[in-house]
Amino acid sequence: MTFIDIDHTSRWFGNVVAVNDVSMRIGPGVTGLLGPNGAGKSTLINMMGGFLAPSTGTVTLDGAPIWQNEQVYKQIGVVPEREAMYDFLTGREFVVANAELHGLDDAAAQRALATVEMEYAQDRKISTYSKGMRQRVKMASALVHDPSVLLLDEPFNGMDPRQRMQLMDLLRRMGDSGRTVLFSSHILEEVEQLASHIEVVVAGRHAASGDFRKIRRLMTDRPHRYLVRSSDDRALAAALIADPSTAGIEVDHKEGALRIQAVDFGRFTELLPRVARDHGIRLLTVSPSDESLESVFSYLVAA
Amino acid sequence: MYNPTVARLTYRALLGRRRALILFALPALLIVIAVAVRAFTGVDDKVAADLLGGFALATMVPLIGVIAGTGAIGPEIDDGSIVYLLSKPVKRPTIIMTKLIVAIAVTMAFSAIPTLIAGFILNGNGQQIAVAYTVAALVASIAYSALFLLLGTVSRHAVVFGLVYALIWESLFGSLVSGAKTLSVQQWALSLAEKVAGAGYVDASVGLPTAAVLLAVVTVGATVYAGQKLRRLTLAGEE
Repeated sequence: MTFIDIDHTSRWFGNVVAVNDVSMRIGPGVTGLLGPNGAGKSTLINMMGGFLAPSTGTVTLDGAPIWQNEQVYKQIGVVPEREAMYDFLTGREFVVANAELHGLDDAAAQRALATVEMEYAQDRKISTYSKGMRQRVKMASALVHDPSVLLLDEPFNGMDPRQRMQLMDLLRRMGDSGRTVLFSSHILEEVEQLASHIEVVVAGRHAASGDFRKIRRLMTDRPHRYLVRSSDDRALAAALIADPSTAGIEVDHKEGALRIQAVDFGRFTELLPRVARDHGIRLLTVSPSDESLESVFSYLVAA
Repeated sequence: MYNPTVARLTYRALLGRRRALILFALPALLIVIAVAVRAFTGVDDKVAADLLGGFALATMVPLIGVIAGTGAIGPEIDDGSIVYLLSKPVKRPTIIMTKLIVAIAVTMAFSAIPTLIAGFILNGNGQQIAVAYTVAALVASIAYSALFLLLGTVSRHAVVFGLVYALIWESLFGSLVSGAKTLSVQQWALSLAEKVAGAGYVDASVGLPTAAVLLAVVTVGATVYAGQKLRRLTLAGEE
């Protein structure tokens, strides 16, 4: 049972506050660190991985500070987001080197390569690998010493669906076996599929924490806004407002469109096309006007 | 203080990169010039000393030092792949020491050996000139490697700063301002060559005791500082 504790930690770069007074405890199982790009996820992971000093507060592994303490790497495995590796090596040479740096032998490297199913390409140069293959070799390099903590920064970026599923299976197995697995992502579905526990950061702040159902509810229960153009805006508006899934409709003369606020997302998305068909109205534009992740997350922060 | 895995990775990175071509090109150029000079002017101790001092020690050794010293760590820090070394239970000063040893070995191999060969081609080691400049190249390799390894650790523009030091400070200012000569790796190395070679063929502007002290201080200081820098190295994310 290994825990990473982040205690009232802030990190700023010059005038920019990347992480603002965050406290969280990451324990056994799979935890997803969710937030839009630029929210401070990488900064947090870099502090947990010992590659960045907190400006204030502490980041500890079972009570021991992580910064400037290379002994923590006996327990921590790191999968960085950056692509750069030792491209002139073969996958096997790379993983063997990582094992040696932990004082382990080739057998450990071979086990790790088998775990990520990269044995078939292990003798090819890393420079010839696809993004997914690189990701798996990075995983293998982080797993050679069988760490009790695994930190992954945006591990699913650039992976195809099959590779994504494989990696998810692997991380799930690791979490089930009592390891502390933390991965960051800006995609809710990814986090939801994998993480038993979710930490949300927005604009450097710790916005929410809990299991995915709680986070999901927070995210889908918020009002959704749509911009709709149709062959008969007023008739459509009249028909939609009758349903409890809409909270308000504005006829925007300048835009020649309807601005609709929906409260029940699931029901509204079914309702709109049905109502249009029943009334013989053609839908010309349906665009969510605040679907950007940032607005979803900022709603979370306010909640 | 030495990690064979770090050493292996560093050797392969240094010799596998395109920049490594310069490591082969400069010594080859020196040998070609030596052969040409010998063919056209015959054996001439003065010419041999001028060529080894002016080109081998003043230009080739620092350039190879820049490539090996900065190349041993700079690119890894630039592209972030150093994270695979840093995320291991290996002491950071050990990483620096290992990389220094590799940089010194590469610089010596690619500068001292060709200097010796060129010296023998030029005048068959008459007046001990070949050996004197080889010793100078060996000593300079140590100091240049330590200096440029530190540069590679602290700056993204290590190669540029390295070249500025090697070519502008040592060559240009060194020949114009006498004070600059005291703070020049080349002069420290020359002070040793002066003792080896026949009288009047090598002229150093620093005494041997001063040179030895400065050389040791710079080498040790740069290495210790680089080790501390690496301990505090932060890897910013891509956000």
